[in-house]
Amino acid sequence: MTEKGNFHRWGQPLGVLDGIPIAVKDNFNTAGIETTCASNMLKGYISPYNATVVQKLLDQGAVLLGKTNLDEFAMGSGSTDGIFGPVRNPWSYSRQYKEKTPPKSSSENEESDWVITGGSSGGSAAAVSSFTCFVALGSDTGGSTRNPAAHCGVVGLKPTYGLISRHGLIPLVNSMDVPGILTRCVDDAAVVLGSLAGHDPKDATTIQDTFKPFELPNLIDVRKLCIGIPKEYHAPGLSSEILALWSKAADLFKDAGAKVIEVSLPHTRYSIVCYHVLCTAEVASNMARFDGLEYGHRADMNKSTESMYAATRREGFNDVVRGRILSGNYFLLKQNYENYFIKAQKVRRLIANDFVKVFGSGVDILLTPTTLSDAVPYMEFIKEDNRTRSAQDDILTQAANMAGLPAISIPTALSKRGLPVGLQFIGHSFQEKQLLTVAKWFEKQVKFPMIQLEEVKRHDCSVFQHQKSVSFL
Amino acid sequence: RAAPHPAPGEGGEGRAYGWLRASTLRSGNAVHPPFASPATAALASWVPVVGLEIHVQISSNSKLFSGSQVQFAAPPNSLVSFFDASLPGTLPVLNRRCVEAAVMTGLALNCSINKKSLFDRKHYFYADLPAGYQITQQRVPIAVNGSLSYSLCIDNKMSQMVTKTVRIKQIQLEQDSGKSLHDDARSQTLVDLNRAGVGLMEVVTEPDMCCGEEAAAAVRELQLILQTLGSSQAIMAEGQLRVDANVSVHHPGEPYGVRTEVKNINSVRFLAKAVDYEIQRQIEELENGGTILNETRSFDSKLGCTIPMRDKEGKQDYRFMPEPNLPPLILYDAKSLPVNMNHQQVVNIDWIRERLPDLPSVKRAKLVELYGILPEHSFTLLNEDGLAEYFENVIKQTQMKPKKVIGWILNDLLSYLKQHALTVKDSPVSSFLLADLLNLLERREISSSAAKQVLEELWKGEGKTPLKIVKEKKLELIQDQKELEQICQSVIDRQEDEVIMMVLGRNQKVLNKLIGLVQRATRGRSNPVLVKQILEKKLSE
Repeated sequence: MTEKGNFHRWGQPLGVLDGIPIAVKDNFNTAGIETTCASNMLKGYISPYNATVVQKLLDQGAVLLGKTNLDEFAMGSGSTDGIFGPVRNPWSYSRQYKEKTPPKSSSENEESDWVITGGSSGGSAAAVSSFTCFVALGSDTGGSTRNPAAHCGVVGLKPTYGLISRHGLIPLVNSMDVPGILTRCVDDAAVVLGSLAGHDPKDATTIQDTFKPFELPNLIDVRKLCIGIPKEYHAPGLSSEILALWSKAADLFKDAGAKVIEVSLPHTRYSIVCYHVLCTAEVASNMARFDGLEYGHRADMNKSTESMYAATRREGFNDVVRGRILSGNYFLLKQNYENYFIKAQKVRRLIANDFVKVFGSGVDILLTPTTLSDAVPYMEFIKEDNRTRSAQDDILTQAANMAGLPAISIPTALSKRGLPVGLQFIGHSFQEKQLLTVAKWFEKQVKFPMIQLEEVKRHDCSVFQHQKSVSFL
Repeated sequence: RAAPHPAPGEGGEGRAYGWLRASTLRSGNAVHPPFASPATAALASWVPVVGLEIHVQISSNSKLFSGSQVQFAAPPNSLVSFFDASLPGTLPVLNRRCVEAAVMTGLALNCSINKKSLFDRKHYFYADLPAGYQITQQRVPIAVNGSLSYSLCIDNKMSQMVTKTVRIKQIQLEQDSGKSLHDDARSQTLVDLNRAGVGLMEVVTEPDMCCGEEAAAAVRELQLILQTLGSSQAIMAEGQLRVDANVSVHHPGEPYGVRTEVKNINSVRFLAKAVDYEIQRQIEELENGGTILNETRSFDSKLGCTIPMRDKEGKQDYRFMPEPNLPPLILYDAKSLPVNMNHQQVVNIDWIRERLPDLPSVKRAKLVELYGILPEHSFTLLNEDGLAEYFENVIKQTQMKPKKVIGWILNDLLSYLKQHALTVKDSPVSSFLLADLLNLLERREISSSAAKQVLEELWKGEGKTPLKIVKEKKLELIQDQKELEQICQSVIDRQEDEVIMMVLGRNQKVLNKLIGLVQRATRGRSNPVLVKQILEKKLSE
């Protein structure tokens, strides 16, 4: 804790985050600290350098508490498929959930009722949600920050692609990945964004423009806003609860004087298939470096280099990763490239253009649900395979990654089962200030309840004295 | 990849090389097929087709996409950055100097520079390719559609030179791989990543060449151009220039034949040998009713032949994919340059074009024009590193005419250097010393044969000046007319028979003999022109 020592000695904070405890998803490189991506391939791998975003936080004086769990190599939407096991949603142990969800049978272990965090940045969301830290870094490729944020009742920000450096973030899909920010409130997210955003010479995909950190105004004139409600986001499988919540939120803006209109993003339904092709292709490419030669796991196989590669990769990767590599290589074959990869790129362009048209017609912010339902119990989640789950769960968040747009999930209310539900705002490219301003206003209106973890309550009842029981629902 | 020879069925015209002509190719390995009769020899004319893929290491301080140093023969794995080792999470950042080198080279080869070019990943697994893919430019390279002109001597004489041109299909930027050293004794492979990620320009030619000599001459000219530009040192022995040859043969008027790729060629000389061998091999194979496989062959310099490399049956699919971490490379010219940008921030093609140095062909033309020397002379001058500069330095310091100086440079200096395998840089005779000697000759203080003797002494590099050597060896021309006349007279007196023949028929041969005798008597210290005059005068009396 030298940083804190410095603070006390000189009376000067290192930066705006001095002394703030943070957690970092384990797919960010941290110097001298094991970086595993929840995979056998990198188990025991001590990274020699800090990711740019990690370095920036440390330079501000933040204190790194630990690396958080995830789906292996960020592939998944439940944070259940990593070598360290699944992540449990802290809300599973909240009074709110336990009250609403009696155990299935008295003989059954209480343990089997716990719900997932969503993914793949489940560990980071859980860390923030359970008060272990104020800020956590996640990554977002198809919704991996927003999805667990919604399930864990925290704020999850996906910045515009190119705003924050990816140097040191172990990539899933280079053309869609962004570092994600998980916090308890929108103001905190704005502060962290201010520390992280800006050009990095080590990342050629970051924009050159200088970024000006901003503070969010407390009051805004909602009447100037035009909120778009994309009809395609009323997706199959969307729970009636969330649909109702979404509608109420739209009314909230309308009542406050904003213009709320229905819009169309017609190519939304193709985004999952498109994502599947582009993602697996990039995965196949990005995972090619894991051959056991320079670092990471190396199989005990000496017959030939090829056999060593094969054994290493079979032992190092789980089924999900291997499945995506095989698919990706298939799509990249010469005879398939035109029909799959090029086609998917074209569809991607169409999806991105949907947003351009809508935003170009006067819409400031889009309002959508983040997830189809609240968090499901683990036992139910694992009944379907990773690919199926990812395809279902990513539908509402995926398109923003295709288009590179900023998006944020705000905890809105508790479901019938006592679990958090979040709603998503999608903004114009590089207009994070407007996005966060609207999000902050909304956050103020809904007054999402604090999680009531039994242990915490026992030790500090006063914290909950002034807790308003009024919920948005 | 080299431009593919047109697939069978596409046809192509070429220079018809009758079999007899092919056998006079200067490879020294002329092999005659077992013909049944002279009639069939006339029918069996073959057109060899040669294209080249040349990998040029860019001369830069750091690598193409990372900041680690570029250096030859450093301790293994001492020049490897995190990115070079493909550590997860590292990203490529394009090196500006490499882009400039590629633009310079493209301009020098008359290419169109693509103002927008793209980077791609080429995937394959190999120990010296840490990321499992190479970053290259497969879809849109940085430069296309150029040409390279080179000169050849016909019939092994320097007196007749002909200019040929080979079209350049494209130049692309790409990463070099590391090096694998196979330790068979311990069944292991040692990998050195120092070279991994070094910037390369791959220069791909069209299949416009027809023999080893043309290929060698083209590559030699390319080397000179690259060295003049400074974009690469292009030393084959240090792996800075690597050539793969694509060779096929076909009958005139018929479609192009199946081509083979020849690798492991380590010098320009071996390139000519390898190409000619492969042409011969293919012709023999086809003459004997065999077929040519589309394969990769390795040139064995010791045996002077090509042998098939490890089986690459079932061609590799490299699964090309755009490199997502590198935005398109945008270059500007004077017209398209945004107003508020200065040339430090962008690469401006016109700015680079204005600063191109004189290319070898231009330098040669200038030498010929300035000094009145022959084209073949200027060719040799530029072919030896530092020789043209040496020549011009001598010119500056002597009154002797360039046309005479060139003889001393090419015949005396160069042959001595070659004999002792020295470079111009290491010559024990500096341009200053040579100029000094030539001045003595020009002022008629010594004869040309005496000058040659002095030069012999100078080679020893003992630091003596020409004048000193002349004095030591008493090589000064006899200036005293009377003394010379006396010697001539004594020679005439001794050679009665010759004198009679002279009187009778004014025989030139006899006169020369007498001159020679006088030269001997004076140990080279007599001016032959003067001696001739004196003898003629005396004999006419």
